[in-house]
Amino acid sequence: MAAANPIVSLRAVGKVFDSGTAALDGLDLDVRAGEFVSLLGPSGCGKSTALRIVAGLSKPTNGVIEWPASRAGDAAAGRIGFVFQEPTLMPWASVADNVELPLSLAHADPAKARLAVGAVLDHVGLADFTAAYPRELSGGMKMRVSIARALVTEPRLLLMDEPFAALDEITRFKLNNDILSLWQTLRQTVIFVTHSVFESVFLSQRIVVMTPRPGRVFAEVAIDAPYPRDDRFRTSAEYAGYCRKVGEVLAAAMDARP
Amino acid sequence: MSPRGLVRIALPLVLLAVAVAVWDAAVRAFAIPPYILPGPALVMGSLVGDSGLLFGSLAVTLTLALEGFALAAIGGVFWAIVFNQWRLIEYSFYPYAVVLQVTPVVAIAPLLLIYLPQHLAVLACAWIVAFFPVLANTTLGLRSVDRNLVALFELYKASRWQVLTRLKLPAALPQMLAGLRIAGGLSLIGAVVAEIAAGSAGAGSGLAYRIAESGYRLNIPRMFAALLLLSLAGVAIFMVLSALSHLVLRRWHESEVKEDR
Repeated sequence: MAAANPIVSLRAVGKVFDSGTAALDGLDLDVRAGEFVSLLGPSGCGKSTALRIVAGLSKPTNGVIEWPASRAGDAAAGRIGFVFQEPTLMPWASVADNVELPLSLAHADPAKARLAVGAVLDHVGLADFTAAYPRELSGGMKMRVSIARALVTEPRLLLMDEPFAALDEITRFKLNNDILSLWQTLRQTVIFVTHSVFESVFLSQRIVVMTPRPGRVFAEVAIDAPYPRDDRFRTSAEYAGYCRKVGEVLAAAMDARP
Repeated sequence: MSPRGLVRIALPLVLLAVAVAVWDAAVRAFAIPPYILPGPALVMGSLVGDSGLLFGSLAVTLTLALEGFALAAIGGVFWAIVFNQWRLIEYSFYPYAVVLQVTPVVAIAPLLLIYLPQHLAVLACAWIVAFFPVLANTTLGLRSVDRNLVALFELYKASRWQVLTRLKLPAALPQMLAGLRIAGGLSLIGAVVAEIAAGSAGAGSGLAYRIAESGYRLNIPRMFAALLLLSLAGVAIFMVLSALSHLVLRRWHESEVKEDR
C-alpha cells in the first residue's frame, strides 16, 4: 500500500535544548508517501520535538532531515499541516476566518479561499458553524476546526501532536473514526504523535515506538488490519491482540537504557 | 432590559437618593452653615446658577484631559509596538517610562508650568499619567500570545507584519482596552492636578481652578457643584471606554461574554 519512496527521512537526528535537556538522540525515521504512521512513547520522550523538527518549527542539534520526493523542499508554506495538542484557534476570529488563515497569510485569492474553507469545513462536519466563534464550540468541535485549518492548504503531510489527548473518550473515538475516513478520502501522509496504545493501534498502518528521553526509535510494529476500520474493529480480538503486542513493546521501550 | 439589569441600575440610584436625603436632613437638623456644608438644594442651585461659568470650565478641563488621553493612547500603543518589535529599544527606554510613571505628577506640574504655556503644561500632565497604563498593558498584551499560534504563523511563513497585525495586536486587545480604561480616568486626574498647581498661581479657567478659586472665596456650594461635575465627567469617560471595550470584545473575550445559566 505505502509507496517505497519516503516523503521525509530523519537521519540520526538529535536535539539538545538550551537548558541542556537531551530530547532526541540518533532518531532515524522514514515516512512513506500516503502512510499513516504513529509515534508512540511516554510523555517527554521527544516525540513532539521530533514532529516540530519535521515541521521546521525547531532545528535539530545534529542529524539531517531529507525530503527526497520534492526538489523544492516540503518545508514550503502550506505543504505541511500541523494540528497541535490544543485547538490553538484565534478566539477573536470566526470559525471560517480561523480556517482561512493559512490561505490568507499566503495572500490567496479570497473567493477561492472561501470555497476551499467551505469544502474543508464540510469535510469535518462543521458546515453550519462558519460564523461561530471558538468559545461557542465544544472541545471536539474546536479540534475539528483545527483539523480543517490544517487541511485547507491540501498539505501532502499532516502532522498531529496528540490532538485528542485532552478530549473525553466518546469524542476521541468519534474523531478517531473521522480522521481515518478523512485520511482515506484525502490520502495525505499522516504522522500522528500519541501516548495512547489504543489510539495508535486503531489509527495507524505502522507504529514507531520510542524510548524515554533522549528519544530514539526502539521498535516498529506494523498494524496490518485492513481499512476501513470502524467501531467493530475497535471491539475485535484482532485489535485487542495488537494492543497487547504494542503494549508489551512499549513496556520494553520504557526499560531500555540508552 | 432584564430584571437583573434593572436592579443593577436601580440599586445605586436608591442608594444615592438615601444619601442625599440623609445629607439634607443632617444639614437641616444640625443647622450646619452653608460655608461648612451646604445642603443638596444649595449645591444644585449653584450648579444651575453658575452653569455658564462651570460648564465653560468643564469644557476646558475635559478638552485638555481628552487631548492628553488621545496622545497617551496613540503614544502608548505606538511605543508598545516599537518595544515589542525591537528589544534593544525596549531595554533602553522602558526604565525611563517607569520613571515617568512613578514620579508623582503633583511634583512635576509646577516645573512644567515654568517651562510650558499653561494649557500645554496641563496637557503634558494629563499625558504623563495616562501614557504608562496604556504602554504597560499593551506591552503585556503583545507578549501574552499563545505560543502555538506563534508556531502556526511561523509554519505558514507569515511575515513579521502579518504576525503583528493579525496575531499580536488582536491578542493584545483585551489588555490594551483595560489600559485605556485606566488611562481615561487618569488623564482627567492629571489635568486637574496641573490646573490646581496652575490655579494657585492665579491663571487658568478650568474646573479645578474653579474649585480652588471657590475655596478661597468660601463659596462652598460652588466647590461642591464643580466637584460633582468633575466626578460626572470621570464617570462618563469610564462608561464610554467600557462600552467601547464591550463592543470590541463581546463576541470572543471571557471578560465581556454573558454566561447563559
